[in-house]
Amino acid sequence: MAAISPARLLTRGQLWRRRGTKAAPYAFIAPFLVLFAAFGLFPLIYTGYVSLHRVRLQKPDAMTWVGFDNYTTLLQDEFFWNSLKNTFTIGVISTVPQLCLALGLAHLLNYKLRGRTFFRVAMLMPYATSVAAATLVFAGLFGRDYGMLNWFLGLFGVDPIDWFNDKWPSQIAISTIVTWRWTGYNALIYLAAMQAIPHDRYESAMLDGANRWRQFRHVTLPGLRPTIVFTIIVSTIGALQIFGEPLLLQGGTSGMNGGASRQYQTTGLYMYQSGWQYFSLGKAAAIAWLLFLLIALVVGVNAAVVRYRARKG
Amino acid sequence: MRTPNPRSRALAALCCAVLAGSVLTACGSDDDSDNGSGGPSGGGQVTLSVGLFGSFGFEEAGLYKEYEALHPNIKIKQNATQKEEVYWPALQTRLGGGGDLDDIQGVEVGRIVDVVSNQADKWLDLNTLGAQSQTSEYLDWKAKAATTKDGKVLGLGTDIGPMAICYRSDLFQQAGLPTDRNELAQRWSTWDGYLDVGRQFAAKAPKGSAYMDSVTGMYNAMIGQQQTFYYDASGKLIYDQNPSVKAAFDTAARAAQDGLSAKLVQFQTDWDQAFAKGGFATISCPSWMIGYIKEKAGDATKGKWDVAAAPGATGNWGGSYLAIPKGAKHAKEAYELLTWLTAKEQQAKLFEKRGSFPSRTGAISQVAGTTDAYFNNAPIGQIFSQAAQKMPVQTLGVRDNDVKVSIQNALNSVEAQGVKPDDAWKDAKASVKAALG
Repeated sequence: MAAISPARLLTRGQLWRRRGTKAAPYAFIAPFLVLFAAFGLFPLIYTGYVSLHRVRLQKPDAMTWVGFDNYTTLLQDEFFWNSLKNTFTIGVISTVPQLCLALGLAHLLNYKLRGRTFFRVAMLMPYATSVAAATLVFAGLFGRDYGMLNWFLGLFGVDPIDWFNDKWPSQIAISTIVTWRWTGYNALIYLAAMQAIPHDRYESAMLDGANRWRQFRHVTLPGLRPTIVFTIIVSTIGALQIFGEPLLLQGGTSGMNGGASRQYQTTGLYMYQSGWQYFSLGKAAAIAWLLFLLIALVVGVNAAVVRYRARKG
Repeated sequence: MRTPNPRSRALAALCCAVLAGSVLTACGSDDDSDNGSGGPSGGGQVTLSVGLFGSFGFEEAGLYKEYEALHPNIKIKQNATQKEEVYWPALQTRLGGGGDLDDIQGVEVGRIVDVVSNQADKWLDLNTLGAQSQTSEYLDWKAKAATTKDGKVLGLGTDIGPMAICYRSDLFQQAGLPTDRNELAQRWSTWDGYLDVGRQFAAKAPKGSAYMDSVTGMYNAMIGQQQTFYYDASGKLIYDQNPSVKAAFDTAARAAQDGLSAKLVQFQTDWDQAFAKGGFATISCPSWMIGYIKEKAGDATKGKWDVAAAPGATGNWGGSYLAIPKGAKHAKEAYELLTWLTAKEQQAKLFEKRGSFPSRTGAISQVAGTTDAYFNNAPIGQIFSQAAQKMPVQTLGVRDNDVKVSIQNALNSVEAQGVKPDDAWKDAKASVKAALG
């Protein structure tokens, strides 16, 4: 600190300019904060408020205070637990193959290929497709009696698989749609990170006689670690919120129910069913909050594991 | 990061274009649905919007065009949602929030009690626009169901759903069964008889064809013959103590276990496709299904379908109302259109073109002689009229649809997943509990 306050030495104009430069960043991010408050924070808090009431969709103004009743009933609700299990299994069988595939694809696209730009763009196309459109097309492919997939399997003598009604096939069908949509997106992120890995590392690895697989394992993977952590966290959040694909796979009331015996009803779907088929907004809001807390918990665990491993490694 | 090379810049530009494109199209499609209710109001021009689900068939039967020709200052715009279970929650949200309602909204019979007992403040009392003269022309129960205790009329009926069985005579022939509709009606004069024919069919069924589409259709047909089903007259939920509901469930579950169903879910793509591909030989057929079958099965099966009286020769499944929400912008014009669309001439025409059976007595007598070439010239007018005459006056309940859907899902789980009927019934009860909470 100087002995004389610098402000005294500054003219009025300079003072304003300095204040301006200090305030400018806040002004620039203000739109985000305002929008976040209006469309992020307020709904979050209001949903919490709604979850403490008994409210019907038709009369959102008529709220009856019930305290934590919605939460306690949910914790004893077999359908809620069932939906958590489904969310978990669908999440695992969609996220794991998705990220592995993305990693492999990114590795391939990192080589000098003919038409590389074409492949990169093609990979991102599923991501730009709407969930509804993609799901409807996949539902047609997965049809039990007249679907293309069963027809194809039939050529090899495989009996028709009921991709909607049988528990694991239906969850695999949903995971396939999710994987199809998100693999390219993750691959592009990996690709960007791969290109940031200095080339001389590969060169020295090559000089040491490492083949491509060893290069991938010992140069690419360590270089990607922070990116992989990022994609795992983002995909986990996405997986916990899976909703559109199971809703539209069968569609209609079966879709809202997550299949005839709720064999693929995810928590997001159960929330929708509670609010928009059963019209219990309070319960739906409680599910939303529990899901939010669960996501926060899972991401927290994720981060903790990463930090622990980083310290160890 | 490295400086971007021209290629990756091109890639970035393309990505942006794709993303921007999808954002723009999203906005674009929003616009379409918006300009419905407003319309140009200058020069007396009025645009009326009609919000419907499924296929009421007004547009397909040319009724809007006809009305516009009669009333040059009116333009009609229809906003149709295919599935009622998607349409209704969206409408409920808008009713709750009070925005973007159509001038006329369709209401399914399974929702009408909820409208009458819980939403009287949201819908126009049509009596204030002169509906007193209309209601007397209706089947008594049809008009009563849309009237509140204090006499407000919240909707006027379009169609009702008298029951029959639609069947594929070509598939019956291949299975060595009689194809004559009177003979069949006699053999399946009871539901047990219907299942007996089913077992005979299954024994010699053509490849890829099951006896019925889904046991849920049969279940709904049986429920449609009951006076009381899910609620009693006092409005109490009694479905789990009502022996006729359990009996219908058990019979349907037995049919499923005997392998008589194609294990399809109604109104789902597979089901739609099975109409054309001969996936099933019979279907419980409310009159509105006539139009649905023609649309889905197409010309290839024309003349191969036939209609016979259902076991018990009666029953009701479905049927709808038209109503005007309080937020409607052009209530008076909407009411004129509504009464015209539900007038007996139009109801009769809709039956001839689409199979939607009239709910006004005047129209019912008008259609008694109708036959249908698509259904091998079956006297559909006579069959459905007789079913309508014997129809019990049903006690409807506030959340009938939620109970129905829960039980349907349970039956689907029996037929398609092999769940034991007892477990499925327990699931259904748990679902009803979650639904009515």
